[in-house]
Amino acid sequence: MNLTLKVWRQKDKNDEGRFIEYSAKNISPDMSFLEMLDIVNIDLVKKGETPIVFDHDCREGICGSCGMMINGRAHGPGRGIATCQLHMRSFADDDEIVIEPWRAKSFPVLKDLMVDRTSFERIMRSGGYTSAKTGGIPDGNSILVPKPVADEAFDAAACIGCGACVAACPNSSAMLFVSAKVSQLALLPQGQAERETRVQRMVAQMDEEKFGSCSNTYACEAECPKGISVVHIARLNREYITAQL
Amino acid sequence: MNPFFKFINSSVGKKILMSLTGMLLSIFLVEHLAGNLLLLKNDSGEAFNAYAKFMGGNPIVRTMEIGLLGIILLHIFNGIRLWLENRGARDKKYDSYQLSENTTLQSRMMKLSAALFLWFLIVHMRTFWFHARILGEHDIASLVYSTFQQLWYVVFYLGSLVVVGFHLRHGFQSAFQTLGLRTKKYQSLIDFIAVLFWFVIPAGFAFITIFIYLYKGNAVALAQ
Ligand code: HEM
Ligand code: SF4
Ligand code: FES
Repeated sequence: MNLTLKVWRQKDKNDEGRFIEYSAKNISPDMSFLEMLDIVNIDLVKKGETPIVFDHDCREGICGSCGMMINGRAHGPGRGIATCQLHMRSFADDDEIVIEPWRAKSFPVLKDLMVDRTSFERIMRSGGYTSAKTGGIPDGNSILVPKPVADEAFDAAACIGCGACVAACPNSSAMLFVSAKVSQLALLPQGQAERETRVQRMVAQMDEEKFGSCSNTYACEAECPKGISVVHIARLNREYITAQL
Repeated sequence: MNPFFKFINSSVGKKILMSLTGMLLSIFLVEHLAGNLLLLKNDSGEAFNAYAKFMGGNPIVRTMEIGLLGIILLHIFNGIRLWLENRGARDKKYDSYQLSENTTLQSRMMKLSAALFLWFLIVHMRTFWFHARILGEHDIASLVYSTFQQLWYVVFYLGSLVVVGFHLRHGFQSAFQTLGLRTKKYQSLIDFIAVLFWFVIPAGFAFITIFIYLYKGNAVALAQ
């Protein structure tokens, strides 16, 4: 298939940036979206131009680095997938595809489609940990976790920190990400020691990073590649309220 | 900073303020509708006027009225603050942004429904509240009956009630989510109660409006 790409190109943080059109020719419908970009980049390199910069690593939907806005959808059309899991068969021959970086004040563009997501890391550092106990190895099963609780915590732990929730949100809110992290640790016995300070610190850091406030549109849940549910946002709110008392 | 101010200025705290004020306003709508039902009675507005007199004279009700005004101002100013801050959180807009594929129409229209509603509220207060409380008129029922003989006014009201329904269609469940109460267990219960607020209550006001337009014309003619 042949496609026209309208790609955001930006030299560095300070560059204004602009859209440039490229044509992608002879693309197999079985290619992933990133492989399609690889082909375009090989052409660009051959012509002596700078290839399109985009983040990627695992290419199997587990690292969370391949974020980009494709035709106005975080990680492109389809549900529950990252860009590396998006296949070209989701598009039609001769389509025009608009490709942009995540847009949020807290995710400044570094180059082309690559954004700086260290704001997420600073949020994690502020409270996304549990206190480690030193000493002997505890007996197996000495800490009991009921299966439904473990399942719920595991669902939250599936978050890969990709930032699609922020990118898709009309308010650039990071609530789904932060709530997944708060929820995971609030559910487990290991997370109890910092339970109250964690939610307060993580929300404070989220606000300091200037993410917007959640208005419960649930666009995040719709675009999350890992299907993180907004029930975790409700839990974060509950944790935040009870931490004040 | 004082822990309360820190809480209320946090992103979650601002939303909680929005949700609590929104819920209190929703409860007010119940009382308002119940009172307005008196307008349906075939008694030349006597019962309604007695109710209006009580509401205007009782010191507890008057205090609550001031509280209500405070709540609505908090709701509006906090809403404007959230809107401005959230707009600023994305400094560069998307060229292509398909929010409509991921969200409901009502959630996307919150700011528009709020602005239209505020416009309605100002007109509404000027038409009735101003006459009752500021000018101190007593026969508010006749004022209501005659006002709703104007077709354009009826249409404006019905349109505004749709706007209220839109605002609450998203707002009601949102308020519960913000308070952390919209869990899997209670989701269907909340969605059920929400129907009362975004459909039944606006529909009740609409019914009263249409009823007066159709059947209270003679009451006005008689009074004149
Ligand atoms: C009787 C009148 C009203 C009721 C019952 C009401 C109710 C609500 C409720 C329940 C919410 C949801 C709270 C939440 O998201 O947590 C809400 C949100 C909101 N309301 Fe109202 N409201 C009323 C009037 C107004 C007016 C007059 C305005 C503005 C002029 C307004 C502006 C807003 C805004 C901006 C939001 C937040 C939307 C968002 O964050 O997505 N409301 N309202
Ligand atoms: S919650 Fe979902 S969309 Fe948000 S960062 Fe985690 S995996 Fe990505
Ligand atoms: S490259 Fe790792 S999630 Fe897509």
